Amino acid sequence: MNEILVLAEHRGGELRDVTFEMLGKAGALAGASGGAVTALLLGAGVRDMASRLTSYADEVLVVDHGNLTDFNSAVYQPVIAEVVKSREPSLVMVGHTAFGVDLAPSLAVALGLPLASDCIDVVLDGGAVSVTRQIYGGKVDARLSFRDSATALVTVRAAAFPVEDGARSGSVTELDTPVSDEPAFRRFVQYVEAAIGDVDITKSDVIIAVGRGIKEEENLALVEELAGLLGGVVGCSRPVVDAGWLPKDRQVGSSGKTVKPKLYVAIGISGQFQHMSGMKAAETIVAINKDPKAPIFSEADYGIVGDLFKIVPALKEKIAEARA
Amino acid sequence: MNIVVCVKQVPETAEADLKIAAGGKGIVEEGLALQINESDNYALEEALLITEEHDGDITIMTLGHESSEEVLRMSMAKGAGTAVRVADPAFDGGDAIATATALAAALKDVEYDLVLTGCMASDDGATQVGVALAELLDIPHATYVTEVEVGSGEVTVGRELEGGLIEKLTIKLPCVLGIQTGINEPRYASIMGIARASKREIELKSAGDMGLDASSVGAAGSGTVLEELTFPPVGEGADILEGTPSEASGKLADILKEKGFV
Repeated sequence: MNEILVLAEHRGGELRDVTFEMLGKAGALAGASGGAVTALLLGAGVRDMASRLTSYADEVLVVDHGNLTDFNSAVYQPVIAEVVKSREPSLVMVGHTAFGVDLAPSLAVALGLPLASDCIDVVLDGGAVSVTRQIYGGKVDARLSFRDSATALVTVRAAAFPVEDGARSGSVTELDTPVSDEPAFRRFVQYVEAAIGDVDITKSDVIIAVGRGIKEEENLALVEELAGLLGGVVGCSRPVVDAGWLPKDRQVGSSGKTVKPKLYVAIGISGQFQHMSGMKAAETIVAINKDPKAPIFSEADYGIVGDLFKIVPALKEKIAEARA
Repeated sequence: MNIVVCVKQVPETAEADLKIAAGGKGIVEEGLALQINESDNYALEEALLITEEHDGDITIMTLGHESSEEVLRMSMAKGAGTAVRVADPAFDGGDAIATATALAAALKDVEYDLVLTGCMASDDGATQVGVALAELLDIPHATYVTEVEVGSGEVTVGRELEGGLIEKLTIKLPCVLGIQTGINEPRYASIMGIARASKREIELKSAGDMGLDASSVGAAGSGTVLEELTFPPVGEGADILEGTPSEASGKLADILKEKGFV
């Protein structure tokens, strides 16, 4: 029988959404292929999490150990490798998260498994796994298959699949897989929360967000004026923070803020998934970009294709006129 | 502190209108500017900053075709002392782990305390090579690194997690760090540096030189097989407002007024 093994991800005592997204997809794949869904949960004092997972998996494998309190791939990886080796699932799913990307490639090498990362779709066809992942910043989809391997390893993009209501009633199996002490070569020190800045963009109804397309720091004045006209604040995508033009607390996306304003105007932002995961819940999304194939247009309600340096000044004029 | 920085040359695609090449397994690269992968550029800068403070040499390494020597030369112009191109038709078409396998072999006869890579290549987005490389070299790693502080025989790093949370950890040297964008401000090469670097030698390493069996690298050594490239399905998508900048802006202003934003 095909077993699909999903690695449960949690932080601060909470299971993360990507866990349920993967379990939902695994459930659909198992339903179609007559397989079983297994969740693998590593942690310390995780009984409550395990029982919650039983609604989403046929079996929940638990390794409960004090050394697994905080994620450390050096401690987690050998434990997961042991479980995968002994069960030989046809598919192992790990979140394509900061946790997953630090773990999956070393797990693949250690076990000699093929790895496809950041997958947005997974297909099981008679035991053969194929996946779709995005390349060139989300502009192109690539379909990959796996060369002969009993087990395929994939990392799955957050929010690629919806969270379904759990309709299973699985059992919990406590494993006594050995867990090593945290090795001297990689020691967890602490989590540090992001600094809080002077503007909390998550509180604003209108966000004018700017990306790589703005080109120069001095061009920010253009979007600041537009934000002023619409009573909003300026947010941005990662490249603007990387360049040091705006502080980190203005960054919208998976490693920044998740926002749900009434109006989100994305200017010169192509729309990589890391950005879109932080803004797609906005009520009205407007995108201005010179590439008609920019992924941002698939998420936007309204779009203008063209040069932002011509459009934004024109838009400011038209807004002033509309107000008059 | 000797540092190896592994970099990749990628096409600039952020604002380009891409086309899929005949056969459906690649994009048309003609007309696209080639440049150092963005996070690799930050990795190189981090190496330069570390060696400026703690001495040591930088070896810049890439796996790629001849065009990627441009990236090596630009890195030498900024201060890398040695350049290595892992070059062999046998490496073509390799997935991330096959690439890491070749790089690991190339690192065998290099002395290093630290290996830096970008955390992700902007073309394939695999986010795998650095971590796989560490496992192949049997040394520790961390990726999505946004802070590096060099201590005695170890580094303290900050990893960027979701929501801006930073995970601090200490890692013994030698190790591999996957560097995230934004960690520093990459410098530009000087004209003098570029002129000097143009005459420098680049060491080539083939599969045979490194004792690698061609079947263990490249497409033959890859566990994943690229079947087909397609453009993402266009969903409902945006209502595109047509016209000149003024006309399109006028339409948008009307919509914003109707919705009560103006």
